[in-house]
Amino acid sequence: MYDVAVIGAGVVGAMIARTLSAYRLKLCILEKQSDVAMGASSANSAIVHAGFDAKEGSLKAKLNVRGAQMMAQVCSELGVKYINNGSLVIGFNEEDEKTVEKLYYRGIANGVEGLKILSPAEMQAIEPNISKNATCALYAPTAAIICPYGLTIAAVGNAMDNGADLKLDFEVTDIQNRGDYYEISNGSETVKAKYVVNAAGLYSDAIARLVGDDSFHITARRGEYILMDKELGSLISTTVFRTPSKMGKGILVTPTVDGNLLTGPTSLDIGDKEDKATTAEGLALVMRESMENVDGVRFQQTITSFCGLRAVGSTGDFIINVPTDRFVNVAGIESPGLSASPAIAEYVVELLASAGCALEKNPDYIATREALHAFREASIEEKNEIIKKDPTYGHIICRCETVTEGEILAAIRTNPKPRDLDGVKRRTRAQMGRCQGGFCSPYIVELLAKEMGVPYESITKFGGDSVVNVGKTKEDREHEAN
Amino acid sequence: MKQIDLVIVGGGPAGMSAAIAAYESGIRNLLILERDSSLGGILQQCIHNGFGLHRFGEELTGPEYAWRYEKKVKELNIPYLLNTMVLDISPDKVVTATNGEDGIFTIQAKAVILAMGCRERSKGALNIAGTRPAGIYSAGTAQKYVNLKGYMPGKNVVILGSGDIGLIMARRMTLEGAKVHAVCELMPYSGGLARNIEQCLNDFGIPLRLSHTVVEIHGKERLTGVTIAKVDECRRPIPETREYIPCDTLLLSVGLIPENELSKTASVTLDRITNGALVDQDRQTEVEGIYACGNVLHVHDLVDFVSEEAEIAGKNAAAYIKGETEEKTSVALSTDGKIRYTVPQRITKKKEVAVFFRVADVYRNVKILVKDGDRVVYSKKKIKVAPGEMECVTLRPEHFEGVDGLRFELEVQEA
Ligand SMILES: Cc1cc2nc3c(=O)[nH]c(=O)nc-3n(C[C@H](O)[C@H](O)[C@H](O)COP(=O)(O)OP(=O)(O)OC[C@H]3O[C@@H](n4cnc5c(N)ncnc54)[C@H](O)[C@@H]3O)c2cc1C
Repeated sequence: MYDVAVIGAGVVGAMIARTLSAYRLKLCILEKQSDVAMGASSANSAIVHAGFDAKEGSLKAKLNVRGAQMMAQVCSELGVKYINNGSLVIGFNEEDEKTVEKLYYRGIANGVEGLKILSPAEMQAIEPNISKNATCALYAPTAAIICPYGLTIAAVGNAMDNGADLKLDFEVTDIQNRGDYYEISNGSETVKAKYVVNAAGLYSDAIARLVGDDSFHITARRGEYILMDKELGSLISTTVFRTPSKMGKGILVTPTVDGNLLTGPTSLDIGDKEDKATTAEGLALVMRESMENVDGVRFQQTITSFCGLRAVGSTGDFIINVPTDRFVNVAGIESPGLSASPAIAEYVVELLASAGCALEKNPDYIATREALHAFREASIEEKNEIIKKDPTYGHIICRCETVTEGEILAAIRTNPKPRDLDGVKRRTRAQMGRCQGGFCSPYIVELLAKEMGVPYESITKFGGDSVVNVGKTKEDREHEAN
Repeated sequence: MKQIDLVIVGGGPAGMSAAIAAYESGIRNLLILERDSSLGGILQQCIHNGFGLHRFGEELTGPEYAWRYEKKVKELNIPYLLNTMVLDISPDKVVTATNGEDGIFTIQAKAVILAMGCRERSKGALNIAGTRPAGIYSAGTAQKYVNLKGYMPGKNVVILGSGDIGLIMARRMTLEGAKVHAVCELMPYSGGLARNIEQCLNDFGIPLRLSHTVVEIHGKERLTGVTIAKVDECRRPIPETREYIPCDTLLLSVGLIPENELSKTASVTLDRITNGALVDQDRQTEVEGIYACGNVLHVHDLVDFVSEEAEIAGKNAAAYIKGETEEKTSVALSTDGKIRYTVPQRITKKKEVAVFFRVADVYRNVKILVKDGDRVVYSKKKIKVAPGEMECVTLRPEHFEGVDGLRFELEVQEA
């Protein structure tokens, strides 16, 4: 019997589990995919928003500002990359100027510190590559960028280090309230838990319905991105947003914590919660608008394009409540959900406590976790010490991002353990560079197969039927037959 | 810090040929650094025939061709380190590398030869709309799975791009029992060698769809199909021609990019067209004592030319180390666009020089002109030139006596 079961291993579920693991509780995280951070938490803008977007007084506003304040500390404990780079909302006309002013006052009301409206000269001084046509900007020095899947992976790993269980490929299809506990089932396996936290992202409405709560629904809103080479990563240092207008929220351009340049997202409601396809129109829009905002963006330098789905709730605000005994909804966590995630976790723990969950400090709780990228950032002397003990750290597997065999093996052996190519990619950056795994993926497949003790051809790109190879070659089959 | 006269970065055909040539020119203190677990570079996975026709007058497979050089390297006792990745080259020729045995180490070299080869352009650069399922590989990656690992990446294949590796893989996958439904090429002509189109596509009845591209990718976990479309003269897809092809594999053979990340750390100036270094006839880059050869300099279709080019680099790096000098000049070579680029891009010595170049399109009945202003210093007729085949003219000192620039032009009788 678990004390708490958290459904969904996105950044929200992960941060909740991690925060709960500081208490003496038996925890379990249930995730339907083959890895953590496979939903919105892997494909988003990766911005820690300062907190001037959400309406005054909303839960979104409150948790965004609080979460942003907590984020630096959380990332340093968990060894996750965090850069406090600041953000600019740039405008091009009088209407934009009015909006910028509105955002400024809203930010102040929300408690955002250090906001400033800049003149064109001031913003050019901060960002010389911003479009010369921009006439105004709102500067938010507290905004930051992070690695969103890095945070999710580290938070789950930290919860597991503190005793939490993770069940992957566990799609919750049924929940039964047995009076003082819940039975949560995927059709073949049942988990018992006294409390349930519903952090199932796009499907949190379906999960709520399993306990009879149909008070809200979730719509998928597509966001398409283009990620560019590190050669463009230093074009700008702050995150550059377009002023929101009747035309939409606009396309942002931002450096990433790994030094690439990211631009997007589009914004379109779609019916299918599984449709993560990019569209020609969407990608064209991303290109057009980002080139309007920042000079020097060049799409010949594209590394990849991708799509994330926002879980938009029907109430307009985050839906965090207790609809029935010992069951907490954490739904409609669209942007700024990543920024808010540490504060959401704090808030959910409070709700669990008032719902009767006994919270006693875990005396063995370890708040920190070694960064998976520690080796990358070590000095040459430190690296050589490590290589002396373990020569695999001297052997480069991913050439574009210079990732060593040692780092890949360490990632494969560290909780939550990756089981496929994309899992290794998110943890180590191997395959994330210019050649997109062209050189190294055959070797990583080999390392995964060996470590997991499974056949080479069973290794997938991201679980399910996403196999990388479909079988042996003729020659190899004949060779084996002889 | 270790002192070594000549460090060769890359142990493929270029690196090996360069090392052998330098050794034969008297350099004994030299070292090849190779990141793979064996010498031979990309040739190891090219198990098809067609290598060495020019050099050896016989048809060898990639590994056989590489072996001839590897044997020589071993006979001459030329030192090399495997599983060793160069991380940085400074403009003053300090080379930083890493491997499991020595850790991260540095070498001060007198001369460096860049021979890192090239990599395939990946899917990202194409920005194809649709999903991101498993089943999409660059042709070279698929080649690695099939030829080196013994696994089949898929059974029903569409190939985008008619580069040579794509053509070779069309045949290889077919021989392995897969069905190749089409090779789509954005341009109205193929970028591959004519003989590969004949032997790899036509012989197996695989359709080559010129002026076609993939516009959408389908499938959630594993690829289930692609939508292709014809493109207009501006290479824009024509919506009415969209056509769905069910398949589980998409191979990309959409171009090769010289791997010049290290060249950049060494402050070597690159040519915007070749994406390789700007070099003179010795294959010396604009950084003194740093040379480049093989596919890192410009993409070759035949390894025979790589070996030839690498020997030039090796010999001249040796001369540089020994302090030999020759009579100097400075002639910049430029092109008219129909000729896309030349290698070398500059002539700095008064001696005979072979200038290699590629054209931008397929042209018939052409005259290659080399001009000093309006004065034609050299001309040569050709029945046909194509982007897939490298051309060459040899200039003698009298062609560029007293000249500071030569322009390579193509006079076309019929496009
Ligand atoms: C395009 C885009 C841009 C964004 N930009 C930003 C930004 O810059 N800054 C910011 O702060 N926020 C941003 N966000 C918002 C942020 O990404 C999300 O708020 C956050 O990732 C939500 O996390 P989550 O854990 O709720 O959802 P998810 O990451 O989607 O996790 C939900 C998990 O639940 C699992 N699940 C679902 N159903 C079941 C079931 N039946 N059984 C078991 N498991 C199940 C899913 O597989 C998934 O892993 C953006 C979002 C998008 C889409």
